[in-house]
Amino acid sequence: MSAAAGAERGIGAPLLEVRDLRVTFARRGGPDTVAVDGVDFAVAPGEIVGLVGESGCGKSVTSLAIMRLLPERGNRVAGEVRMDGIDLLGLSDAAMRERRGRDLSMVFQDPLSSLNPVVPIGVQVTEVLRRHRGMRKEPARREAAELLDRVGIPDPRRRLGSYPHQLSGGMRQRALIAIALACRPRLLIADEPTTALDVTIQAQILGLLAELVAETGAALIMITHDLGVVAGLCDTVNVLYGGRIVERSQRHRLFATPRHPYTHGLLSSIPRLDSAPGEELVAIPGSVNDNLPWAHGCAFAPRCPRAMEACEQRTPAPEEIGGRLLRCHNPVPASAG
Amino acid sequence: MLRFVVRRLLQVVPTLLLLSVLVFAWLRSLPGGPASAFLGDRATPERVAELNRVLGLDQPVWVQYLRFLGRAFTGDLGNSQITGEPVLSEIGRALPATVELSVAALLIAVTLGIPLGYLSARHRGRPLDVATVIGTLVGVAVPVFFLGYLLKAVFAVELGLFPPSGRQSVGIDATNVTGFAVLDGLLTRELDASWDALTHLVLPAVALATIPLAVIVRITRASVLDVLGSDFVRTANAKGLAPSTVRGRHVLRNALLPVSTTIGLQTGLLLAGAVLTEKVFVWGGIGTLLAQGIEQRDYPRLQALLLLGALVYVLVNLLVDLSYAIIDPRVRLS
Ligand SMILES: Nc1ncnc2c1ncn2[C@@H]1O[C@H](COP(=O)(O)OP(=O)(O)O)[C@@H](O)[C@H]1O
Ligand SMILES: [Mg+2]
Repeated sequence: MSAAAGAERGIGAPLLEVRDLRVTFARRGGPDTVAVDGVDFAVAPGEIVGLVGESGCGKSVTSLAIMRLLPERGNRVAGEVRMDGIDLLGLSDAAMRERRGRDLSMVFQDPLSSLNPVVPIGVQVTEVLRRHRGMRKEPARREAAELLDRVGIPDPRRRLGSYPHQLSGGMRQRALIAIALACRPRLLIADEPTTALDVTIQAQILGLLAELVAETGAALIMITHDLGVVAGLCDTVNVLYGGRIVERSQRHRLFATPRHPYTHGLLSSIPRLDSAPGEELVAIPGSVNDNLPWAHGCAFAPRCPRAMEACEQRTPAPEEIGGRLLRCHNPVPASAG
Repeated sequence: MLRFVVRRLLQVVPTLLLLSVLVFAWLRSLPGGPASAFLGDRATPERVAELNRVLGLDQPVWVQYLRFLGRAFTGDLGNSQITGEPVLSEIGRALPATVELSVAALLIAVTLGIPLGYLSARHRGRPLDVATVIGTLVGVAVPVFFLGYLLKAVFAVELGLFPPSGRQSVGIDATNVTGFAVLDGLLTRELDASWDALTHLVLPAVALATIPLAVIVRITRASVLDVLGSDFVRTANAKGLAPSTVRGRHVLRNALLPVSTTIGLQTGLLLAGAVLTEKVFVWGGIGTLLAQGIEQRDYPRLQALLLLGALVYVLVNLLVDLSYAIIDPRVRLS
């Protein structure tokens, strides 16, 4: 489908360019937490880019920093987030509000808590149409019904009056997707959009997202902890570890020959379709939290089966190797994928 | 909705019945009785027995109760032992003063409390918030009558800005329509009388408003903080909505849910505070009736007042439940 085409189109000027993004949280009575530590990546128009990594590696913080939706206080964001060449981080609050929901929008992980419980779905869709497309009440309602219909919500006219708690989890996420795409943004960020849903619904929602971005030509940043989710979807995949990108590659190449030991580990822990629900995966030993700070070597070294002495002494620099970005002193040999 | 209201109102009847038994027994278990209170310390046992017989207090308690109940069903709660007047007409006359005071206090508490709580949350940790939080701690801790005397000493006696007590100045000849002094003045276009009543209302209303104000500020603040950190507010911001839309439709509409419950609870408690406030400001409402009734052990009056209090409390709670069901679609009345 559009995946390969998107990669081809990616040659032109990027739609979004994240440069050296750095987010630190001030912590009471302790050193600051570095959540995102110099992340660079670009998204071409219409491209589907994956951002993959374990929980806590900085995926959500990265996406919220791009949207400028981090809490107002207690954090510092540095670097650049350029959209159409304009640095979003330098915009005034009002200018950023103009763009949010219109040029770039976002779908969150938990559809129930992400919808206002005391406002009808219809209002939650129309308010964004009225805000950015200047629509009047009635046309906005008609458009909202069409949007709900487009995302596969049955009986959309009646659903406009429903409240979030009256919808199923899958329907709620469909409604949030309708809201996010209502103003035809050129960039959609989906932060683990299927994690809170039943397994049977997950594939439907992923399929819907892929279909809609192909149809509207929007670029998509797909954030997930599950390489299985990006497998059928992304053009390019960024693998994040401890707030840094450790490997980036075109999707087919990444799956065929993962070079970073972390990527390699993630791939061998993908659940197979025939595995029983709840069955333990082959987890990478250790967790993302007991990492070394990047300043003193590779953060993955303590958990890495291929760690050498150098890994704990020198921080590996990002290198372009055979069309992929790699941050590793001792990568998995290309042939051993 | 209607079925819910009717059912809840029907539930009020057994509640009040049970309460009447408790009140009846409790009052008669208190040391001292109307006779000794009325006759004083030097009363001879014979005089006490005589008076008790006249008041019907020589009968077994259950006989007294059945008599009371029988009359209560015909709308007669007995006569005051102090004035000999039917207690219901006494209460009817005193009620507007207390309602006026309570409504004024509640208006102050709500109209100041919600914005203050919201601002405090928005400016969390900044001087305004710190000052507000300290202020609410003090507000809850200061006894109503102490605050009342303080306000009176400063703003009435020292500065002379407000009258120190009463509901009306001497010499003001106001027409009584509803019993609500401020409202009556407006209705009869006697604006002077209305203004006079309003100046009398300010200090007691402020004193009475303090505790509910402090509570409403704190609940609003906590609730707004909670909602500001919620996912759906983040979604609202992700849509790029105008700040006023985010504030009204998304933050406040949710944050006010717990506040509405609090307002209901505070309304119930307001009656207790009104008794103390009325004493300080010689207000002449229900509180005065109650204080007198307790001193004189006026059983019929106390019974009626306690049952009235319970009834108000139950009705206010019903109103809270109804309003909750209207603003929160997740709540089903059943
Ligand atoms: N509001 C916050 N305050 C402090 N630390 C935060 C905050 N949000 C995220 N973090 C920290 O940033 C790191 C990355 O979090 P996140 O981006 O949410 O991870 P994930 O990849 O699971 O989405 C975590 O260590 C987390 O504890
Ligand atoms: Mg996350």
